[in-house]
Amino acid sequence: MNNMPWLRVLMAYGLLLACTAVFFGPVLFMLSGSLKPDELVLAEAGTWRALVPESVSLDNYRSVFERVPFASYLASSLIINGLIVGLGLMVNAFAGYALARLRWWGRNGVLVLVLALLVIPFEAIAVPLFYQLSWLGWRDDHLVQAIPFVANPLAIYLFYSFFLGLPRELEEAARIDGAGVLRTFFTIVIPNSAAAFASVAIVLFLFHWGMYLWPLLMTTSESVRPLPLGIATFHTLPPLAWGDILAFGVLMVLPVVVVFVVFQRWFVQGVASVGVKG
Amino acid sequence: MTALRHSEARVGWWLTVPALAGLAAFILLPFVLAVMLSFTNLRMGSPLPVAFVGLDNYRLAFGEPAFRQGLFNNVLFALIVVPVQTALGLGLAVMLNNRFHGRWLFRTLFFMPVVFPLSLVAVVWVLIFAPGPDGVLNAVLGALTLGVWEPRDFLNDPAWALPAIMVTSIWQGAGFQMVILLAGLQAIPRQLYEAAAVDGAGALRRFLHVTLPGLRNPLIFVVIVTTILSFRVFDQVRIMTRGGPQDASTTVIHEVVRHAFDQGQVAPAAAMSVVFFLIVLAVTLALRSLMRQQGTVR
Repeated sequence: MNNMPWLRVLMAYGLLLACTAVFFGPVLFMLSGSLKPDELVLAEAGTWRALVPESVSLDNYRSVFERVPFASYLASSLIINGLIVGLGLMVNAFAGYALARLRWWGRNGVLVLVLALLVIPFEAIAVPLFYQLSWLGWRDDHLVQAIPFVANPLAIYLFYSFFLGLPRELEEAARIDGAGVLRTFFTIVIPNSAAAFASVAIVLFLFHWGMYLWPLLMTTSESVRPLPLGIATFHTLPPLAWGDILAFGVLMVLPVVVVFVVFQRWFVQGVASVGVKG
Repeated sequence: MTALRHSEARVGWWLTVPALAGLAAFILLPFVLAVMLSFTNLRMGSPLPVAFVGLDNYRLAFGEPAFRQGLFNNVLFALIVVPVQTALGLGLAVMLNNRFHGRWLFRTLFFMPVVFPLSLVAVVWVLIFAPGPDGVLNAVLGALTLGVWEPRDFLNDPAWALPAIMVTSIWQGAGFQMVILLAGLQAIPRQLYEAAAVDGAGALRRFLHVTLPGLRNPLIFVVIVTTILSFRVFDQVRIMTRGGPQDASTTVIHEVVRHAFDQGQVAPAAAMSVVFFLIVLAVTLALRSLMRQQGTVR
């Protein structure tokens, strides 16, 4: 088909490497900067040493814990995201199942409402939601950063479409054996829906781990602030120590990257399944 | 049997109630509130009683240069970022749709920025855009142009601040497009390509007549998502430039937050939120109807 297949292969790999430089270069720059003395981060930024440090030390990582309450930011992020993902899976799966499989008065109305709410971006309601919750005196804690995001129209919709596609026979067999709706859901439906639960969990986690606007509006105490606010504060905290800031960044993104690499298949499926809605 | 139906109806309701309560309290109610507030004179610390003021806030918002600049920037952002990012995502997806060693690794590397929180991405790119010859981008451009490039302070230059934020966003988001388009590519039957090859179609014609039509829906989907995201831009702006210099890189949401929280102008901020929502709604409906139309033709 081609006279010089090796040339094509060479060009293809060259292109791939160029793309890798663009997409992975900044990541490598962050990793390498986090391992070297603060003053070298910018001084070496224009050289290849920006990507490969001459010597490696974990000093920056130590000073992240000393200069800012990193452990507290991390704990807040884990609590907030744990609540959003944990409660979110339950609440949204219940609703998705009721909408897909059960017959009840008002079901179609609720389905239309869920689809309509999909188009309201969070930024459009952040300001009134802030006043609404402040008026109730509810602000500046972990719960206020999590509870508003538990019920999620996209998650309901993803569960709904997944359950619609599940073969009915399994559930019918269980129902004939006398199992109630709830028992059927817990013993038959959930074990057969690992893919949906994994995808939704990952989408929820990915969307909320980086949440910045809402905690910025709702929190004033460092003790309840999550990582994204932490790095934004740290990045303006004098004296500017770029090595420390990049070390903070590496620590902050590590949980997501680990989740991403380990659960890559679900991750990609989750992101692509967002593409199902349309 | 009717007893069973009855219990099913009850369980159905109970299973939906928690989600419904959350949606009503945290999405529907604030949304209604935004619309209502936008017609009042509510200001933080204002002694005036709250009153209906009609479209005053909308007039005020559109009369304000910073808000108009924000709108303009969002539109420009969408017009540049959406095509560039989609083309890039498509290029990556087409490359990765070939079978070769290490494909998994490259897909992982290209997708990785998507999982990075925007706040972190913004901080890393502040460093990349650092001023002076030592700044990463300045140094790279200097080397590529053999020293012709004059180092500049991207984020403090009115001409460069917004493009810098665009570059940052494209870098972070292209992997998302890639993954969805790659899934779309893999769904195109091999036989179509073989048939086209038998008919004597070259690589370019196969791309134009097999790949692109086959990708129509995933493409429209990523365009919708990226367009909406272009109007939602906030984190990068807040962290990288604070909308500056002289509002050169401000956005609609940045103005909403600035008015509501930095200036206590609640009602004008609500009006801006409503305008923002209407834009997103219009974009979604327009692009979706496009998707439906072409979907039925097929």
